[in-house]
Amino acid sequence: MEMFRQTINQLHKRISNGEIVAADVVESVKQRIAAVEPAVKAFITICDDSEAVAVESSSPLAGMPGVVKDNICTQGIRTTCGSRILENFIPPYNATVIDRLNAVGAVVLGKTNQDEFGMGSSTENSGYHITCNPWDLSRVPGGSSGGSAAAVASGQALWALGSDTGGSIRQPAAFCGIVGMKPTYGRVSRYGLVAYASSLDTIGTLTRDVYDNALLMNVIAGYDERDSTSINAPCEDYTAGIYDGVRGLKIGLPKQYFGEGLSAEVAAALEQAVQTYRDLGAEIIEVDMPNTKYALATYYIIATAEASSNLARYDGVSYGLRVEGKNIVDMSERTREQGFSEEVRRRIMLGTYTLSAGYYDAYYNKALKVRRLIKNDFDAAFLQVDVLLTPVAPTQAFKIGEKTDDPLAMYLSDICTVTVNLAGVPALSLPCAFTNNLPVGMQLIGAPLSEALLLRVGCAFEQTSGLANKIAPCGGGK
Amino acid sequence: MLSREQVEKVASLSRLQLSPQELEKFSVQLGAIIEYMEVLNSVDTTNIEPMIYAVPTTNIYREDIRKPSLNHVTALQNAPETDGEYFIAPTVVEK
Repeated sequence: MEMFRQTINQLHKRISNGEIVAADVVESVKQRIAAVEPAVKAFITICDDSEAVAVESSSPLAGMPGVVKDNICTQGIRTTCGSRILENFIPPYNATVIDRLNAVGAVVLGKTNQDEFGMGSSTENSGYHITCNPWDLSRVPGGSSGGSAAAVASGQALWALGSDTGGSIRQPAAFCGIVGMKPTYGRVSRYGLVAYASSLDTIGTLTRDVYDNALLMNVIAGYDERDSTSINAPCEDYTAGIYDGVRGLKIGLPKQYFGEGLSAEVAAALEQAVQTYRDLGAEIIEVDMPNTKYALATYYIIATAEASSNLARYDGVSYGLRVEGKNIVDMSERTREQGFSEEVRRRIMLGTYTLSAGYYDAYYNKALKVRRLIKNDFDAAFLQVDVLLTPVAPTQAFKIGEKTDDPLAMYLSDICTVTVNLAGVPALSLPCAFTNNLPVGMQLIGAPLSEALLLRVGCAFEQTSGLANKIAPCGGGK
Repeated sequence: MLSREQVEKVASLSRLQLSPQELEKFSVQLGAIIEYMEVLNSVDTTNIEPMIYAVPTTNIYREDIRKPSLNHVTALQNAPETDGEYFIAPTVVEK
Protein backbone atom coordinates (compact mmCIF):
# COMPACT_ATOMS: atom_id res chain seq x y z
CA MET A 1 0.00 0.00 0.00
CA GLU A 2 1.23 3.50 -0.81
CA MET A 3 2.59 5.09 2.34
CA PHE A 4 0.41 8.21 2.20
CA ARG A 5 -2.61 5.89 2.64
CA GLN A 6 -1.41 4.60 6.01
CA THR A 7 -1.79 6.03 9.49
CA ILE A 8 0.94 7.52 11.64
CA ASN A 9 0.72 4.50 13.93
CA GLN A 10 1.14 2.03 11.04
CA LEU A 11 4.02 3.97 9.47
CA HIS A 12 5.78 4.40 12.81
CA LYS A 13 5.80 0.61 13.26
CA ARG A 14 7.22 0.11 9.77
CA ILE A 15 9.94 2.69 10.46
CA SER A 16 10.72 1.15 13.85
CA ASN A 17 11.28 -2.32 12.37
CA GLY A 18 13.53 -0.91 9.66
CA GLU A 19 11.21 -1.67 6.76
CA ILE A 20 11.05 1.97 5.59
CA VAL A 21 12.65 5.30 6.53
CA ALA A 22 10.94 8.59 7.32
CA ALA A 23 12.22 10.19 4.12
CA ASP A 24 10.20 7.62 2.10
CA VAL A 25 7.03 8.66 3.92
CA VAL A 26 7.66 12.34 3.25
CA GLU A 27 8.33 11.56 -0.43
CA SER A 28 5.13 9.52 -0.75
CA VAL A 29 3.00 12.30 0.73
CA LYS A 30 4.72 14.95 -1.45
CA GLN A 31 3.89 12.89 -4.55
CA ARG A 32 0.28 12.73 -3.42
CA ILE A 33 0.27 16.52 -3.04
CA ALA A 34 1.60 16.90 -6.60
CA ALA A 35 -1.17 14.61 -7.86
CA VAL A 36 -4.27 15.96 -6.08
CA GLU A 37 -3.56 19.47 -4.79
CA PRO A 38 -4.47 21.11 -8.14
CA ALA A 39 -8.02 19.74 -7.66
CA VAL A 40 -8.38 20.16 -3.88
CA LYS A 41 -6.48 23.45 -3.29
CA ALA A 42 -5.97 22.82 0.43
CA PHE A 43 -2.77 24.87 0.79
CA ILE A 44 -1.95 28.56 0.90
CA THR A 45 1.80 27.89 1.15
CA ILE A 46 3.63 24.66 0.31
CA CYS A 47 7.07 24.33 1.93
CA ASP A 48 9.05 22.81 -0.96
CA ASP A 49 12.21 22.36 1.09
CA SER A 50 10.57 20.48 3.98
CA GLU A 51 12.30 17.21 4.82
CA ALA A 52 12.61 14.69 7.62
CA VAL A 53 15.33 15.85 10.03
CA ALA A 54 16.85 13.34 12.43
CA VAL A 55 16.10 14.22 16.05
CA GLU A 56 16.59 12.36 19.31
CA SER A 57 12.98 11.33 19.72
CA SER A 58 11.00 8.19 20.31
CA SER A 59 7.76 9.96 19.40
CA PRO A 60 5.66 8.24 16.73
CA LEU A 61 5.39 11.70 15.14
CA ALA A 62 9.13 11.71 14.31
CA GLY A 63 9.51 12.16 10.58
CA MET A 64 5.75 12.26 9.98
CA PRO A 65 4.59 14.87 7.45
CA GLY A 66 1.64 17.09 8.29
CA VAL A 67 0.19 20.53 7.75
CA VAL A 68 -0.64 23.57 9.85
CA LYS A 69 -3.54 25.99 9.57
CA ASP A 70 -2.33 29.36 8.38
CA ASN A 71 -3.27 31.21 11.58
CA ILE A 72 -0.60 29.38 13.63
CA CYS A 73 2.74 31.19 13.58
CA THR A 74 5.65 29.40 11.91
CA GLN A 75 9.02 31.11 12.16
CA GLY A 76 10.28 32.09 8.71
CA ILE A 77 7.18 30.66 6.97
CA ARG A 78 4.52 33.08 5.78
CA THR A 79 1.43 33.06 8.00
CA THR A 80 -1.52 34.80 6.36
CA CYS A 81 -4.57 33.78 8.42
CA GLY A 82 -6.28 33.51 5.05
CA SER A 83 -6.22 37.31 4.89
CA ARG A 84 -4.74 39.71 2.34
CA ILE A 85 -3.89 42.02 5.23
CA LEU A 86 -1.20 39.50 6.30
CA GLU A 87 -0.18 38.45 2.78
CA ASN A 88 3.51 39.11 3.43
CA PHE A 89 3.67 38.41 7.17
CA ILE A 90 6.65 36.23 8.12
CA PRO A 91 6.45 35.42 11.85
CA PRO A 92 9.71 35.96 13.73
CA TYR A 93 8.80 33.18 16.19
CA ASN A 94 7.06 29.81 16.40
CA ALA A 95 3.79 29.05 18.14
CA THR A 96 4.40 26.74 21.12
CA VAL A 97 2.68 23.87 19.30
CA ILE A 98 5.16 24.24 16.41
CA ASP A 99 8.13 24.19 18.82
CA ARG A 100 6.71 21.01 20.33
CA LEU A 101 6.24 19.35 16.93
CA ASN A 102 9.75 20.37 15.84
CA ALA A 103 11.17 18.93 19.04
CA VAL A 104 9.85 15.45 18.18
CA GLY A 105 10.89 15.71 14.51
CA ALA A 106 7.47 16.08 12.89
CA VAL A 107 7.66 17.56 9.37
CA VAL A 108 5.57 20.60 8.36
CA LEU A 109 4.77 20.38 4.64
CA GLY A 110 2.83 23.60 4.41
CA LYS A 111 0.23 26.04 5.64
CA THR A 112 -3.41 25.40 4.89
CA ASN A 113 -6.30 27.46 3.63
CA GLN A 114 -8.95 28.80 5.96
CA ASP A 115 -11.74 31.31 6.28
CA GLU A 116 -10.09 34.65 6.93
CA PHE A 117 -9.10 34.87 10.63
CA GLY A 118 -11.29 31.79 11.25
CA MET A 119 -14.46 33.67 10.38
CA GLY A 120 -16.55 31.26 8.37
CA SER A 121 -17.89 27.74 8.15
CA SER A 122 -16.92 26.75 4.60
CA THR A 123 -13.41 28.09 3.77
CA GLU A 124 -15.12 30.05 0.98
CA ASN A 125 -14.22 33.21 2.88
CA SER A 126 -10.48 32.88 2.27
CA GLY A 127 -8.67 35.87 0.83
CA TYR A 128 -6.84 33.46 -1.50
CA HIS A 129 -8.97 30.73 -3.04
CA ILE A 130 -11.74 28.20 -2.37
CA THR A 131 -10.79 24.72 -1.13
CA CYS A 132 -12.84 21.81 -2.49
CA ASN A 133 -14.20 18.91 -0.49
CA PRO A 134 -12.08 15.93 -1.60
CA TRP A 135 -15.15 13.62 -1.48
CA ASP A 136 -17.08 15.85 -3.90
CA LEU A 137 -15.22 18.72 -5.50
CA SER A 138 -18.43 20.73 -5.99
CA ARG A 139 -18.90 20.93 -2.22
CA VAL A 140 -17.22 22.87 0.59
CA PRO A 141 -14.78 21.15 2.96
CA GLY A 142 -16.30 22.98 5.91
CA GLY A 143 -14.50 25.65 7.87
CA SER A 144 -12.77 27.49 9.05
CA SER A 145 -10.01 24.81 9.16
CA GLY A 146 -11.16 23.52 5.74
CA GLY A 147 -7.68 23.35 4.21
CA SER A 148 -6.35 21.26 7.10
CA ALA A 149 -9.29 18.83 6.96
CA ALA A 150 -9.19 18.53 3.15
CA ALA A 151 -5.41 17.91 3.20
CA VAL A 152 -5.71 15.06 5.72
CA ALA A 153 -8.77 13.49 4.03
CA SER A 154 -7.10 13.61 0.60
CA GLY A 155 -3.86 11.97 1.74
CA GLN A 156 -1.79 15.17 1.44
CA ALA A 157 -0.90 15.02 5.14
CA LEU A 158 -0.89 12.41 7.91
CA TRP A 159 -1.88 14.98 10.49
CA ALA A 160 -2.98 18.59 10.70
CA LEU A 161 -3.32 21.33 13.24
CA GLY A 162 -6.41 23.47 13.13
CA SER A 163 -8.07 25.98 15.40
CA ASP A 164 -11.60 25.89 16.75
CA THR A 165 -13.46 28.96 18.00
CA GLY A 166 -17.03 27.82 17.27
CA GLY A 167 -16.60 24.47 15.49
CA SER A 168 -13.79 25.21 13.05
CA ILE A 169 -12.05 21.85 13.59
CA ARG A 170 -15.05 19.62 14.25
CA GLN A 171 -17.29 20.70 11.36
CA PRO A 172 -14.64 20.40 8.60
CA ALA A 173 -13.56 17.05 10.11
CA ALA A 174 -17.19 15.90 9.79
CA PHE A 175 -17.55 17.25 6.24
CA CYS A 176 -14.29 15.53 5.18
CA GLY A 177 -14.75 12.19 7.01
CA ILE A 178 -11.85 12.48 9.46
CA VAL A 179 -11.27 12.82 13.21
CA GLY A 180 -11.02 16.27 14.80
CA MET A 181 -10.36 17.14 18.44
CA LYS A 182 -11.27 20.47 20.03
CA PRO A 183 -9.47 20.24 23.40
CA THR A 184 -10.52 21.81 26.69
CA TYR A 185 -9.91 25.57 26.65
CA GLY A 186 -6.38 26.01 28.03
CA ARG A 187 -5.21 22.40 27.49
CA VAL A 188 -3.19 23.35 24.37
CA SER A 189 -1.18 26.57 24.40
CA ARG A 190 -2.54 29.41 22.26
CA TYR A 191 0.85 31.15 22.18
CA GLY A 192 1.44 31.99 18.51
CA LEU A 193 -2.17 31.41 17.44
CA VAL A 194 -3.37 34.60 15.79
CA ALA A 195 -6.31 35.75 17.91
CA TYR A 196 -9.91 35.75 16.68
CA ALA A 197 -12.00 35.45 19.88
CA SER A 198 -9.55 34.87 22.70
CA SER A 199 -11.94 33.40 25.29
CA LEU A 200 -13.13 30.79 22.76
CA ASP A 201 -10.06 30.02 20.58
CA THR A 202 -8.39 26.62 20.88
CA ILE A 203 -5.76 24.81 18.80
CA GLY A 204 -6.57 21.17 18.07
CA THR A 205 -5.84 18.10 15.97
CA LEU A 206 -7.08 16.53 12.72
CA THR A 207 -6.13 12.98 11.73
CA ARG A 208 -7.56 9.99 9.84
CA ASP A 209 -8.19 7.83 12.89
CA VAL A 210 -8.71 8.20 16.61
CA TYR A 211 -5.42 6.60 17.65
CA ASP A 212 -3.40 9.03 15.50
CA ASN A 213 -5.35 11.86 17.09
CA ALA A 214 -4.23 10.68 20.52
CA LEU A 215 -0.62 10.52 19.31
CA LEU A 216 -0.77 14.12 18.07
CA MET A 217 -2.47 15.32 21.25
CA ASN A 218 0.36 13.70 23.22
CA VAL A 219 2.78 16.08 21.46
CA ILE A 220 0.89 19.38 21.62
CA ALA A 221 -1.07 19.29 24.90
CA GLY A 222 0.34 20.65 28.14
CA TYR A 223 1.06 23.71 30.23
CA ASP A 224 2.84 26.71 28.70
CA GLU A 225 3.89 29.67 30.79
CA ARG A 226 3.71 31.88 27.67
CA ASP A 227 -0.10 31.49 27.59
CA SER A 228 -1.64 32.94 30.74
CA THR A 229 -4.85 30.95 30.18
CA SER A 230 -2.95 27.65 29.90
CA ILE A 231 -4.10 25.01 32.42
CA ASN A 232 -1.33 23.98 34.79
CA ALA A 233 -2.34 20.34 35.24
CA PRO A 234 -0.45 17.21 34.18
CA CYS A 235 -1.30 15.57 30.84
CA GLU A 236 -2.04 11.89 30.59
CA ASP A 237 -0.87 9.58 27.79
CA TYR A 238 -3.89 9.84 25.52
CA THR A 239 -3.29 6.40 23.99
CA ALA A 240 -3.10 4.60 27.36
CA GLY A 241 -6.73 3.53 27.90
CA ILE A 242 -7.91 4.04 24.34
CA TYR A 243 -9.01 0.40 23.82
CA ASP A 244 -10.89 0.12 27.12
CA GLY A 245 -14.33 0.22 25.46
CA VAL A 246 -17.59 1.78 26.60
CA ARG A 247 -19.23 -1.00 28.63
CA GLY A 248 -20.96 0.57 31.62
CA LEU A 249 -20.42 4.16 30.45
CA LYS A 250 -23.36 6.54 30.34
CA ILE A 251 -23.82 8.41 27.06
CA GLY A 252 -26.21 11.36 27.06
CA LEU A 253 -28.32 12.53 24.15
CA PRO A 254 -29.26 16.20 24.65
CA LYS A 255 -32.66 16.39 22.98
CA GLN A 256 -32.15 20.02 21.95
CA TYR A 257 -29.45 18.90 19.45
CA PHE A 258 -31.82 16.55 17.62
CA GLY A 259 -34.57 19.04 16.79
CA GLU A 260 -35.76 20.75 13.64
CA GLY A 261 -33.26 21.54 10.91
CA LEU A 262 -31.45 18.22 11.21
CA SER A 263 -31.28 16.54 7.80
CA ALA A 264 -32.74 13.05 7.38
CA GLU A 265 -29.28 11.68 6.49
CA VAL A 266 -27.65 13.06 9.64
CA ALA A 267 -30.55 11.98 11.87
CA ALA A 268 -30.43 8.41 10.53
CA ALA A 269 -26.65 8.18 10.87
CA LEU A 270 -26.77 9.39 14.47
CA GLU A 271 -29.54 6.95 15.32
CA GLN A 272 -27.38 4.12 13.98
CA ALA A 273 -24.38 5.33 16.02
CA VAL A 274 -26.48 5.39 19.18
CA GLN A 275 -27.52 1.78 18.51
CA THR A 276 -23.87 0.81 18.05
CA TYR A 277 -23.01 2.24 21.46
CA ARG A 278 -25.98 0.46 23.01
CA ASP A 279 -24.73 -2.81 21.47
CA LEU A 280 -21.26 -2.14 22.86
CA GLY A 281 -22.67 -1.98 26.37
CA ALA A 282 -23.11 1.75 26.98
CA GLU A 283 -26.20 3.09 28.70
CA ILE A 284 -28.03 5.74 26.65
CA ILE A 285 -29.76 8.51 28.58
CA GLU A 286 -31.73 11.47 27.25
CA VAL A 287 -30.64 14.74 28.87
CA ASP A 288 -32.13 18.22 28.90
CA MET A 289 -29.99 21.27 28.08
CA PRO A 290 -32.64 24.01 27.97
CA ASN A 291 -30.34 26.95 27.21
CA THR A 292 -28.97 25.43 23.99
CA LYS A 293 -31.38 27.51 21.92
CA TYR A 294 -29.64 30.70 23.04
CA ALA A 295 -26.13 29.51 22.15
CA LEU A 296 -25.85 30.90 18.62
CA ALA A 297 -26.91 34.42 19.58
CA THR A 298 -24.62 34.29 22.62
CA TYR A 299 -21.73 33.00 20.54
CA TYR A 300 -22.02 35.57 17.77
CA ILE A 301 -22.21 38.44 20.26
CA ILE A 302 -19.18 37.31 22.27
CA ALA A 303 -17.07 36.18 19.30
CA THR A 304 -17.62 39.34 17.27
CA ALA A 305 -17.05 41.60 20.30
CA GLU A 306 -13.71 39.93 20.98
CA ALA A 307 -12.86 40.01 17.28
CA SER A 308 -13.54 43.73 16.95
CA SER A 309 -11.04 44.30 19.75
CA ASN A 310 -8.44 41.75 18.59
CA LEU A 311 -8.45 42.95 14.99
CA ALA A 312 -7.90 46.59 15.97
CA ARG A 313 -4.17 45.79 15.76
CA TYR A 314 -4.28 45.69 11.93
CA ASP A 315 -3.73 49.41 11.51
CA GLY A 316 -1.01 49.48 8.84
CA VAL A 317 1.77 50.55 11.22
CA SER A 318 3.78 47.73 12.77
CA TYR A 319 3.12 44.84 10.40
CA GLY A 320 0.82 43.74 7.60
CA LEU A 321 -0.64 45.66 4.70
CA ARG A 322 -0.50 49.46 4.48
CA VAL A 323 -2.53 51.50 2.01
CA GLU A 324 -1.33 55.12 2.01
CA GLY A 325 -3.76 57.84 3.12
CA LYS A 326 -3.76 61.53 3.87
CA ASN A 327 -3.29 61.06 7.62
CA ILE A 328 -3.05 58.18 10.08
CA VAL A 329 -6.80 57.61 10.40
CA ASP A 330 -7.32 57.71 6.65
CA MET A 331 -4.36 55.35 6.13
CA SER A 332 -5.73 52.94 8.72
CA GLU A 333 -9.27 52.98 7.29
CA ARG A 334 -8.05 52.43 3.71
CA THR A 335 -5.78 49.60 4.85
CA ARG A 336 -8.57 47.81 6.70
CA GLU A 337 -11.05 48.36 3.88
CA GLN A 338 -8.70 46.81 1.32
CA GLY A 339 -7.14 44.15 3.57
CA PHE A 340 -10.24 42.67 5.21
CA SER A 341 -12.93 40.71 3.36
CA GLU A 342 -16.58 41.58 3.68
CA GLU A 343 -17.26 38.89 6.31
CA VAL A 344 -14.43 40.13 8.53
CA ARG A 345 -15.68 43.70 8.23
CA ARG A 346 -19.23 42.52 9.00
CA ARG A 347 -18.05 40.81 12.20
CA ILE A 348 -15.92 43.76 13.29
CA MET A 349 -18.94 46.02 12.74
CA LEU A 350 -21.21 43.68 14.74
CA GLY A 351 -18.74 43.49 17.61
CA THR A 352 -18.20 47.24 17.62
CA TYR A 353 -21.97 47.79 17.66
CA THR A 354 -22.65 45.45 20.59
CA LEU A 355 -19.76 46.91 22.60
CA SER A 356 -20.66 50.53 21.89
CA ALA A 357 -22.08 52.96 24.43
CA GLY A 358 -25.74 52.27 25.17
CA TYR A 359 -25.67 48.71 23.84
CA TYR A 360 -22.97 47.07 26.00
CA ASP A 361 -25.33 45.89 28.73
CA ALA A 362 -28.14 44.88 26.39
CA TYR A 363 -25.96 42.69 24.19
CA TYR A 364 -22.43 41.91 25.41
CA ASN A 365 -23.02 41.73 29.15
CA LYS A 366 -26.29 39.88 28.62
CA ALA A 367 -24.49 37.34 26.41
CA LEU A 368 -21.85 36.77 29.12
CA LYS A 369 -24.62 35.95 31.59
CA VAL A 370 -26.34 33.56 29.20
CA ARG A 371 -22.93 31.99 28.59
CA ARG A 372 -22.88 30.99 32.24
CA LEU A 373 -26.35 29.43 31.95
CA ILE A 374 -25.09 27.38 28.98
CA LYS A 375 -22.06 26.28 31.01
CA ASN A 376 -24.39 25.34 33.89
CA ASP A 377 -26.33 23.08 31.49
CA PHE A 378 -23.10 21.18 30.76
CA ASP A 379 -22.16 20.93 34.44
CA ALA A 380 -25.60 19.47 35.20
CA ALA A 381 -25.41 17.03 32.26
CA PHE A 382 -22.04 15.67 33.38
CA LEU A 383 -23.48 14.85 36.80
CA GLN A 384 -25.77 12.42 34.95
CA VAL A 385 -23.63 11.07 32.10
CA ASP A 386 -19.97 10.49 31.15
CA VAL A 387 -20.14 11.94 27.64
CA LEU A 388 -22.69 13.57 25.35
CA LEU A 389 -23.35 12.43 21.78
CA THR A 390 -24.66 14.96 19.24
CA PRO A 391 -24.50 15.81 15.53
CA VAL A 392 -21.58 18.02 14.44
CA ALA A 393 -23.59 19.91 11.84
CA PRO A 394 -27.25 19.74 10.82
CA THR A 395 -26.36 18.63 7.27
CA GLN A 396 -23.60 17.00 5.26
CA ALA A 397 -21.17 19.17 3.27
CA PHE A 398 -23.13 21.75 1.30
CA LYS A 399 -22.49 23.02 -2.24
CA ILE A 400 -19.93 25.72 -2.92
CA GLY A 401 -21.81 29.03 -3.15
CA GLU A 402 -24.96 27.73 -1.50
CA LYS A 403 -24.82 29.97 1.58
CA THR A 404 -22.42 32.77 0.68
CA ASP A 405 -25.14 35.37 0.11
CA ASP A 406 -26.86 34.85 3.46
CA PRO A 407 -24.54 35.33 6.46
CA LEU A 408 -27.21 34.39 8.99
CA ALA A 409 -27.87 31.04 7.22
CA MET A 410 -24.13 30.33 7.36
CA TYR A 411 -24.05 31.18 11.10
CA LEU A 412 -26.98 28.80 11.74
CA SER A 413 -24.91 25.87 10.45
CA ASP A 414 -22.74 26.23 13.61
CA ILE A 415 -25.65 25.40 15.91
CA CYS A 416 -24.29 22.07 17.26
CA THR A 417 -20.71 23.21 17.88
CA VAL A 418 -20.65 26.72 19.41
CA THR A 419 -21.97 25.58 22.80
CA VAL A 420 -18.76 23.62 23.38
CA ASN A 421 -16.57 26.72 22.97
CA LEU A 422 -18.82 28.82 25.20
CA ALA A 423 -18.53 26.16 27.94
CA GLY A 424 -14.79 25.56 27.31
CA VAL A 425 -15.24 21.78 27.31
CA PRO A 426 -13.51 19.29 24.94
CA ALA A 427 -15.23 17.59 22.00
CA LEU A 428 -14.27 15.01 19.41
CA SER A 429 -15.73 14.85 15.90
CA LEU A 430 -15.51 11.55 14.04
CA PRO A 431 -17.17 9.93 11.04
CA CYS A 432 -20.25 7.84 11.88
CA ALA A 433 -21.54 7.08 8.36
CA PHE A 434 -21.04 7.64 4.65
CA THR A 435 -24.34 8.48 2.95
CA ASN A 436 -24.54 9.30 -0.79
CA ASN A 437 -20.71 9.01 -0.87
CA LEU A 438 -20.40 11.86 1.61
CA PRO A 439 -19.32 11.53 5.24
CA VAL A 440 -21.54 12.26 8.23
CA GLY A 441 -19.88 13.21 11.51
CA MET A 442 -20.86 12.78 15.12
CA GLN A 443 -19.69 14.77 18.11
CA LEU A 444 -18.68 13.42 21.53
CA ILE A 445 -18.55 16.09 24.23
CA GLY A 446 -16.93 15.59 27.64
CA ALA A 447 -16.33 17.39 30.91
CA PRO A 448 -13.21 19.61 31.19
CA LEU A 449 -9.94 17.65 30.67
CA SER A 450 -11.73 14.47 29.60
CA GLU A 451 -9.89 14.21 26.25
CA ALA A 452 -8.67 10.67 27.01
CA LEU A 453 -12.22 9.50 27.71
CA LEU A 454 -13.49 11.05 24.45
CA LEU A 455 -10.74 9.29 22.49
CA ARG A 456 -11.59 6.00 24.19
CA VAL A 457 -15.31 6.37 23.40
CA GLY A 458 -14.50 7.40 19.82
CA CYS A 459 -12.09 4.51 19.39
CA ALA A 460 -14.69 1.96 20.54
CA PHE A 461 -17.06 3.15 17.82
CA GLU A 462 -14.37 3.28 15.15
CA GLN A 463 -13.31 -0.32 15.88
CA THR A 464 -16.87 -1.41 15.12
CA SER A 465 -17.74 0.97 12.26
CA GLY A 466 -14.64 0.42 10.18
CA LEU A 467 -14.81 4.11 9.22
CA ALA A 468 -11.17 4.84 10.05
CA ASN A 469 -8.46 6.09 7.69
CA LYS A 470 -10.63 6.75 4.65
CA ILE A 471 -8.78 8.51 1.83
CA ALA A 472 -10.97 10.67 -0.40
CA PRO A 473 -10.78 10.16 -4.17
CA CYS A 474 -10.37 13.90 -4.99
CA GLY A 475 -12.46 13.55 -8.15
CA GLY A 476 -10.29 10.73 -9.47
CA GLY A 477 -12.53 7.78 -8.55
CA LYS A 478 -11.51 5.33 -5.86
CA MET B 1 -32.65 47.22 9.98
CA LEU B 2 -30.06 49.72 11.18
CA SER B 3 -30.24 53.30 9.98
CA ARG B 4 -27.63 54.61 7.57
CA GLU B 5 -26.37 56.94 10.32
CA GLN B 6 -25.95 54.04 12.76
CA VAL B 7 -23.98 52.03 10.21
CA GLU B 8 -21.79 55.04 9.39
CA LYS B 9 -21.08 55.62 13.08
CA VAL B 10 -20.16 51.97 13.70
CA ALA B 11 -17.96 51.95 10.57
CA SER B 12 -16.14 55.01 11.83
CA LEU B 13 -15.63 53.49 15.30
CA SER B 14 -14.36 50.33 13.53
CA ARG B 15 -11.93 52.33 11.37
CA LEU B 16 -13.58 51.05 8.20
CA GLN B 17 -14.55 52.99 5.08
CA LEU B 18 -17.65 51.62 3.40
CA SER B 19 -18.88 52.28 -0.14
CA PRO B 20 -22.51 53.48 -0.50
CA GLN B 21 -23.50 49.99 -1.70
CA GLU B 22 -21.87 48.39 1.34
CA LEU B 23 -23.59 50.84 3.67
CA GLU B 24 -26.92 49.76 2.19
CA LYS B 25 -26.09 46.04 2.35
CA PHE B 26 -24.71 46.16 5.91
CA SER B 27 -27.66 48.10 7.29
CA VAL B 28 -29.97 45.28 6.13
CA GLN B 29 -27.69 42.36 7.08
CA LEU B 30 -26.54 43.71 10.45
CA GLY B 31 -30.15 44.60 11.26
CA ALA B 32 -31.28 41.01 10.60
CA ILE B 33 -28.45 39.52 12.66
CA ILE B 34 -29.04 41.91 15.58
CA GLU B 35 -32.75 41.13 15.46
CA TYR B 36 -31.86 37.43 15.73
CA MET B 37 -29.63 38.19 18.75
CA GLU B 38 -32.52 39.83 20.56
CA VAL B 39 -33.76 36.35 21.49
CA LEU B 40 -31.52 36.78 24.55
CA ASN B 41 -33.84 39.46 25.92
CA SER B 42 -36.29 36.69 26.79
CA VAL B 43 -33.80 34.93 29.10
CA ASP B 44 -34.05 35.56 32.83
CA THR B 45 -30.52 36.30 34.04
CA THR B 46 -31.37 37.74 37.43
CA ASN B 47 -28.48 37.16 39.86
CA ILE B 48 -26.37 35.46 37.16
CA GLU B 49 -22.74 36.59 37.07
CA PRO B 50 -21.26 37.31 33.63
CA MET B 51 -18.80 34.60 32.54
CA ILE B 52 -15.75 35.95 30.70
CA TYR B 53 -13.71 32.74 30.62
CA ALA B 54 -14.95 29.16 30.76
CA VAL B 55 -12.15 27.99 33.00
CA PRO B 56 -11.28 29.68 36.32
CA THR B 57 -8.55 32.23 35.74
CA THR B 58 -6.49 34.24 38.16
CA ASN B 59 -3.79 36.82 37.71
CA ILE B 60 -0.47 35.17 36.89
CA TYR B 61 2.49 36.90 38.53
CA ARG B 62 6.14 36.45 37.71
CA GLU B 63 9.43 37.97 38.80
CA ASP B 64 10.48 40.96 36.71
CA ILE B 65 13.60 39.39 35.24
CA ARG B 66 15.18 40.34 31.91
CA LYS B 67 15.05 37.54 29.37
CA PRO B 68 16.08 37.30 25.70
CA SER B 69 13.53 38.88 23.37
CA LEU B 70 13.26 39.84 19.72
CA ASN B 71 16.07 42.11 18.57
CA HIS B 72 15.41 45.43 16.84
CA VAL B 73 15.94 44.20 13.29
CA THR B 74 13.66 41.19 13.72
CA ALA B 75 10.96 43.17 15.47
CA LEU B 76 10.85 45.65 12.57
CA GLN B 77 11.11 43.13 9.72
CA ASN B 78 7.37 42.99 8.95
CA ALA B 79 6.74 46.74 9.22
CA PRO B 80 5.51 48.59 6.11
CA GLU B 81 7.90 51.48 6.81
CA THR B 82 10.77 52.01 9.29
CA ASP B 83 13.90 54.08 9.63
CA GLY B 84 15.78 51.10 11.02
CA GLU B 85 15.11 52.23 14.58
CA TYR B 86 11.42 53.09 14.69
CA PHE B 87 8.13 52.35 12.92
CA ILE B 88 7.22 55.21 10.60
CA ALA B 89 3.55 56.25 10.60
CA PRO B 90 1.76 59.16 8.89
CA THR B 91 1.26 62.40 10.77
CA VAL B 92 -0.90 61.94 13.86
CA VAL B 93 -1.21 65.54 15.03
CA GLU B 94 -1.75 68.09 12.24
CA LYS B 95 -0.05 71.48 12.59
